[in-house]
Amino acid sequence: MKMITAYIQPERLTAVKQALYEAKVFKLSVTNALGCGQQMGYSETYRGVQTEVNLLKKVRVEIAVNDGFVKPTVDAIIQGARTDTIGDGKIFISPLEECIRIRTGEKGGVAIG
Amino acid sequence: MRRKMAILAAMLLLAGGGGFIAPASAEEVAPPAMTEMVEVDTASPAIEEASAPPTLEEVSASVEATQMNLNIVWTAVAAFLVFFMQAGFAMVETGFTRAKNAVNILMKNLMDFSMGSLAFFLVGFGLMFGASNGLFGTTHFGLSGIVGAEGGNAWGYTFFIFQLVFAATAATIVSGAMAERTKFSAYLVYSFIVSLVIYPIFGSWAWGGLLDGGGWLENLSTGAFCDFAGSTVVHSIGGWLALAGAIVLGPRLGKYGPDKKPRAIMGHNLPLAALGVFILWFGWFGFNPGSTTTGDGSIGRIAVTTNLAAAAGAVAALAAAWAMFKKPDASMTLNGALAGLVAITAPCATVTPLGSVAIGLVAGVLVVLSVVFFDAVLKVDDPVGAVSVHGVNGLWGTLAAGLFNAEAVLGTGETSTGLFYGGGTSQLISQLIGAGAAFAWAFGIGLVMFLAIKYTMGLRVTPAEELRGLDIGEHGMEAYSGFQIFSTQ
Repeated sequence: MKMITAYIQPERLTAVKQALYEAKVFKLSVTNALGCGQQMGYSETYRGVQTEVNLLKKVRVEIAVNDGFVKPTVDAIIQGARTDTIGDGKIFISPLEECIRIRTGEKGGVAIG
Repeated sequence: MRRKMAILAAMLLLAGGGGFIAPASAEEVAPPAMTEMVEVDTASPAIEEASAPPTLEEVSASVEATQMNLNIVWTAVAAFLVFFMQAGFAMVETGFTRAKNAVNILMKNLMDFSMGSLAFFLVGFGLMFGASNGLFGTTHFGLSGIVGAEGGNAWGYTFFIFQLVFAATAATIVSGAMAERTKFSAYLVYSFIVSLVIYPIFGSWAWGGLLDGGGWLENLSTGAFCDFAGSTVVHSIGGWLALAGAIVLGPRLGKYGPDKKPRAIMGHNLPLAALGVFILWFGWFGFNPGSTTTGDGSIGRIAVTTNLAAAAGAVAALAAAWAMFKKPDASMTLNGALAGLVAITAPCATVTPLGSVAIGLVAGVLVVLSVVFFDAVLKVDDPVGAVSVHGVNGLWGTLAAGLFNAEAVLGTGETSTGLFYGGGTSQLISQLIGAGAAFAWAFGIGLVMFLAIKYTMGLRVTPAEELRGLDIGEHGMEAYSGFQIFSTQ
């Protein structure tokens, strides 16, 4: 089991969800996130004073998958989120120790799928 | 409790009996008749000591002056109510669009009023109400002929501020239809031009005669074009300009999927949108009853028709939306109230209360069908429904005057001009000519203007800026700094 965490541009979420849907990955969690990478933020002015906004709005997508689903999931995220510009985001894959479905008490791969 | 009732009953008896200790308020409520005023004056010792009692001419001049001042006060108050509609438009448009464009919408609403005020003062008012050359007015530019006249109290000032807020209403309608993708600088240019020439020239055709002008729509052989408070002059002009703008701009990114089906882009703040609609409804009590520019009983009559049409519009839109979408959609119902208000604007002074209900009911259904039609069939992206509310229902309201006008029933005229009240079709033909001219003028010149802006300075922001939001791209600031906005479209 793996946990796939992706940070993407907020406006790409619809495309990513669509690509995941086509790859038959239906379960995901999405949260608001702020972050900075190579983009280095942008500057705003407020009442004549300049302010550096370093943390940009991103969306974090978390998907727990069985090992066989790692590649299709990653491919789908890339397909939906990639615009070939700085700020497209990153995907992290980490091992997942256990997964339990609260309603039934099922564990492991059955609980994820 | 019983004791209070007894006192109340005694007071009523005294008041009804006209006894000398009747409460003063009972007499104050009724406006004093002329003869009474004379009696009061001669009775006062000061007058007795002075010269002869005032002549009839003096009394009638003083009554006339009082009526004039009443007209000025009412028209000015109505103008201030209509000004407040700017806040209503700002809130409706902000509420119906996304958080990332809120600063931009507010700036557009502030600036179209400000730019429009200057343009209408310098040129627009003269084109609309100056002595006409047949197509537009040629005097009163920069309020010349009004400044310095009549000891500084000229009626022209009051009339100007009232007409100015109407011009600004027409201008601001467009901002909603072009929301979330228009370059701010391009919008400033548009808003100046509309109040400078587009609105005033059509206005001179229909309303020029209200001051020193006069236009061909006032002298049709089938009877003068009837647009009491501006279903066509203000709302349709704004609505058709909005249609031209939305077409030239194209839809927002993500509005239509690859299958060309429309997608919902939800507004971010329905409470603000509802507040805006209530403010507009409130402001309309200046817009319609104020268009009498006269302090008399017609204010109340027009307030009644205005309110009934708005209520009927909301109810009908609710029913239509409920039937079509299975839920009572709030945004459509809010649009329905506005649709009723826009529709009753032309015939508000000439239809019966029952007639206004019928007009409002049709408007409410029409706005729902029209929003769906523009969105799904014509694929014109109008985020707030401005074209349907103002363009389509302005047209309906204008035609409704030809159907429902009932001057004879109301006691305001000898014969009714509405088709349903035995007036035949001649008024309806006048209405068709006026509404058709408005569409040809506003939509035609709107297309030319927006295309000209598009190919010179550019009309639309870049896709990257549109995605991040115009607040950051155009204005470099956010509307909700410190709040977490979940914006993924």
